[in-house]
Amino acid sequence: MNLLFLKLVQIELMKIFRKGRSYIGFGAIAFIVIVIQIALYVDGESYLDLGTQSLKESFTFQGNLLNGYLSVYIILSSLWVHIPFLIALVAGDLIAGEASAGTLRILLFRPISRTQVILAKFSAILIYVFAIVVFMAVLSIGTGLLIFGEGDLFVMKDMIYIFESTDSLWRILASYAFSFLSMSMVASLAFMLSSFVDSSQGPTIMTMSIIIVFMIISSVDFSIFRAIKPFMFTSYMGAWREFFTDPVDWQKIYKAIIALLMHITLFLGITTLYFRKKDILT
Amino acid sequence: MSQTAIIKTTKLSKQFKKFTAVHDLDLTIYSGDVYGFLGPNGAGKSTTIRMLMGLIFPTSGHIEMFNKEFQHHREFILGKIGAIIEKPDFYNYASALQNLEMLNKLQPRQLHKNQIYEVLELVGLKGREKSKVKTFSQGMKQRLGFAQALMHNPDLIILDEPTNGLDPQGVKDVRDLILKLNKEHKKTILISSHILSEIEIICNRMVIIQKGVKVVEGYVGDLLNHNELHVSFEFEQGKDVRAFINQHNYLQQKLIEIVHERYHFNLFNNEVAEVNKLFIENGFGVKSMIPVRSLEDYFLNMT
Repeated sequence: MNLLFLKLVQIELMKIFRKGRSYIGFGAIAFIVIVIQIALYVDGESYLDLGTQSLKESFTFQGNLLNGYLSVYIILSSLWVHIPFLIALVAGDLIAGEASAGTLRILLFRPISRTQVILAKFSAILIYVFAIVVFMAVLSIGTGLLIFGEGDLFVMKDMIYIFESTDSLWRILASYAFSFLSMSMVASLAFMLSSFVDSSQGPTIMTMSIIIVFMIISSVDFSIFRAIKPFMFTSYMGAWREFFTDPVDWQKIYKAIIALLMHITLFLGITTLYFRKKDILT
Repeated sequence: MSQTAIIKTTKLSKQFKKFTAVHDLDLTIYSGDVYGFLGPNGAGKSTTIRMLMGLIFPTSGHIEMFNKEFQHHREFILGKIGAIIEKPDFYNYASALQNLEMLNKLQPRQLHKNQIYEVLELVGLKGREKSKVKTFSQGMKQRLGFAQALMHNPDLIILDEPTNGLDPQGVKDVRDLILKLNKEHKKTILISSHILSEIEIICNRMVIIQKGVKVVEGYVGDLLNHNELHVSFEFEQGKDVRAFINQHNYLQQKLIEIVHERYHFNLFNNEVAEVNKLFIENGFGVKSMIPVRSLEDYFLNMT
């Protein structure tokens, strides 16, 4: 990695963080996390009673069920579907936004290769995604523990799992790490679409549309969709939930990681090949 | 003495689907030239310049710059060029200084911050260094465009319609700057324009292209002196100009039309001063004398 490339990454980061749209994601996350925490604080007990009503007829619950870890789990479940849109908003603008503003031209006649430009932009968006995920993790875990304190994590899926307090934090952190990979995949898709067009709204809308369509197909269990599901990245984005099973289905998680990494590589490869030969007409 | 070619294109062509933007274009620009690249809108000037800057890929043909094949030495060549391509676009959310600092980081010959200030002063943006570009007028953006093109002290400067959007003083400043860069700093300059008079004032050599094809290339003096100028005279009130012209066969032959008290003559370059002298010696006050030579007229003369 040479010095010029690092400077390029620094410039791309400066561009991202000087734009107002880059803070929409942070603002939205902060708003939603705080609203969910307040709602849980005000109405959490009745929410929990509703979920555990049938169980309470047979079991007695002891300790602090409404704790910081549960609030983080609820936030993770609510937000992982919506964060991609916030990522696409920034990643979709990276090339197309510069093309429509005319600044791509001024950048590309510098003595730097187009591959370096693409890789620098991609590195910058990965750093942005990392910042978003870390922000969400710190805010949700911090406020959760501050308001509700520690306790055993109660998760209802096809089975009921109760993780001890000491066994919960690593699962949450691992889920966030996995979310970073998922969101990087979303960023690479939006980034690829951004290289195809010269209008910044297009790639964001296209990314959102693809994710929505794929999510619908992934969630509907028709036989005709079963054959294509393994090739849709949305089939792997929800694998963070596997960290909240006991024992953890590592095979499923590894498979999802490999599938997401393959998608990232494919999208980045297409972007690089296409952009290296693209005529800059704006 | 043989001249060194800084830019040499051979059979350069660009096709956009069925539309041919540039066809078999051979250009040679020598070291020290102020080379005018002339043609009407849509003639293929910007497409050619974009190919020279590596923004558009030629469909066929070769580009050689600084004696190196562009395709294989892109970064080396671009390091020696400063350019304004069409309108000057910058990061609007950043200041003039921040924009230049960003671009400066990507150059092989990097400037210190105080040198960037000096470049901004040179182009007349002193005092506005820290203003955001979104607050700039078109003229100020054009000046900033010059700053980014000049700041790394390039050997070759490529300017695509550099006076677009400038007021008359701005146009004059740009002309003076181009001449200064060429004469004092020995820069080779390629300037595209659709205004013939602009090229005539600034350039020593020129090419005219139309519909992507070269019409003529050569020294400006040689090309333009062979052609007649369309000159419009306006006279002070008092004497009967029309009667005077009718008495002189020569003037009668040269007169094209009279429009709103302006007398339009078709004259060779060396005849303009003689006709002016003839009127003055005969007691006619010449209020104004405007050469009107449009590119279209020139084309008609050429073909």
